[in-house]
Amino acid sequence: MKKYTFTDKKDTRSGFGAGLVEAGRKNDKVVALCADLIGSLKMGDFIKEFPERFFQTGIAEANMMGIAAGLTIGDKIPFTGTFANFSTGRVYDQIRQSIAYSDKNVKICASHAGLTLGEDGATHQILEDIGLMKMLPGMTVINPCDYNQTKAATIAIAEYEGPVYLRFGRPVVPIFTDADQKFEIGKAWMVNEGKDVSIIATGHLVWEAIKAGEILEQEGIDAEIINIHTIKPLDEEAILKSVAKTGCVVTAEEHNRLGGLGDSVAHVLATNNPTPQEFVAVDDSFGESGTPEQLMDKYGLNAAAIVAAVKKVIARKKA
Amino acid sequence: MTKTIPELKQVASQVRRDIVRMVHGCQSGHPGGSLGCTDFLTALYFSVMEHNPQFSMDGVGEDLFFLSNGHISPVFYSVLAHAGYFDKSELATFRKLNSRVQGHPTTHEKLPGVRIASGSLGQGLSVGIGAALAKKLNGDNKTVFTLHGDGELQEGQIWEAAMFAPHHKVDNLIATVDVNGQQIDGPTDKIMSLIDLAAKWTAFGWDVMTMNGNDMEDVVKVLNDAKGRTGQGKPIVILMTTGMGYGVDFMMGSHKWHGVAPNDEQLAAALAQLEETLGDY
Repeated sequence: MKKYTFTDKKDTRSGFGAGLVEAGRKNDKVVALCADLIGSLKMGDFIKEFPERFFQTGIAEANMMGIAAGLTIGDKIPFTGTFANFSTGRVYDQIRQSIAYSDKNVKICASHAGLTLGEDGATHQILEDIGLMKMLPGMTVINPCDYNQTKAATIAIAEYEGPVYLRFGRPVVPIFTDADQKFEIGKAWMVNEGKDVSIIATGHLVWEAIKAGEILEQEGIDAEIINIHTIKPLDEEAILKSVAKTGCVVTAEEHNRLGGLGDSVAHVLATNNPTPQEFVAVDDSFGESGTPEQLMDKYGLNAAAIVAAVKKVIARKKA
Repeated sequence: MTKTIPELKQVASQVRRDIVRMVHGCQSGHPGGSLGCTDFLTALYFSVMEHNPQFSMDGVGEDLFFLSNGHISPVFYSVLAHAGYFDKSELATFRKLNSRVQGHPTTHEKLPGVRIASGSLGQGLSVGIGAALAKKLNGDNKTVFTLHGDGELQEGQIWEAAMFAPHHKVDNLIATVDVNGQQIDGPTDKIMSLIDLAAKWTAFGWDVMTMNGNDMEDVVKVLNDAKGRTGQGKPIVILMTTGMGYGVDFMMGSHKWHGVAPNDEQLAAALAQLEETLGDY
């Protein structure tokens, strides 16, 4: 098992804030909008540097999405910022008609995704957003794993033409990817090569997958770990190549079991190479209040849950 | 492309004939609001707006128009075709399979002249604000126009946008509301009353104007006046009184013609009246 360590922990939303400033420096077409959550989205540095390129919409997310669509008509590259819940479900129709169907170059940047927003509870969490966004034709869906990868992704999407949903979180998580990485949209990242099982993870579950891989190694199980930071378009080639070698899969994500990464992987496997699969995800439930650690534990989104799923799927592996 | 009032009236009659033919041809669509807004859109594209039928999405150096109440697409498509954005023969494909002239406007089929999809109501004012902000950032001293139905104002997003535009001094924006008092289920006053629209927009901080949307002289005058009032710190809204189905007597003023296609007999009657109207010039 390849060794991964971390010296620092940061929230992925701060990676977005840092990336947004850099994207703004690289391209003066980059503009930003926020619906009264500047601090939560870490957009303050961008506003300080580019005040004329920032628009405060107030608590009016639908209007923010429409304005973003309109700005693209004047060749701007708008980044919208609010919580993932209000970036998707609340404004689904606006995104569908004015952005996705109209093929507008809007970057929908969503913080506090999943349930690890924590104490605010289910009204402010969302576990359905990946499903909602990936079902929109033409929408790119990205869920990076740590601060560095979120920063790199933010810079990369500014250079990509087309609507993007960029999802990140609130809690601090280990930083284990390179600071100067190049983010390739749609290209899976091989975290660890192995032969017994493919663990395909996204977001901060990638770190849990690494921890699970280390536990499994102690038990003689050699796990291949893949970081799927881009859920759509999905790197099908990387997934199929991996399962051809390992013969079984565990997917891991901070999302509803229905409609997320696991479903996307299952679709690829069912139509190309039917393979035993187990899902580490929230089992079709809303979240609740609690600390991020408590919620990860209660809803089974941690290394222990991944280890258990691996053992289960290996037992189902074809002879 | 600026035309005289008689020439504008002549184009408007041609557009009205297109509308009834298009809706009849597919037995589907929204003739009432389309006929009511014909004079406005004709004046806009043939007299008031600076625009280029050699369509480019960004419209740099041009005035822009966004149809928010996308169901009145027949009038929009006809005006675009007459203005040279695409061939008039495409109008016959309205709402039919493999057409660029979809039931509601779309950019998806790359129809020249359409910059945003609309149909799900309430979104066009926000889009217009975004386009107007981009013009300001780009130093592009042109105007953005939008059109909304009065029933559409029942959508909450309109009022989110109505709050935003004065707060951010989006003064290169002219929103227009088609006040015909009708929506699918009946008169707007009975379905969900809008009370005093002028007072509402004024209270939100807009410069409010009014016009008779079926009087070509008034339409051209008020639109030009409105353009002259841009750049003064406030967005402008024009409350435009129209008759649903204007130009076809048996459709006039009835919500029943909001979304119903004429049969063969009704088409013949409508065309006969519109030919007579055309004959006046």
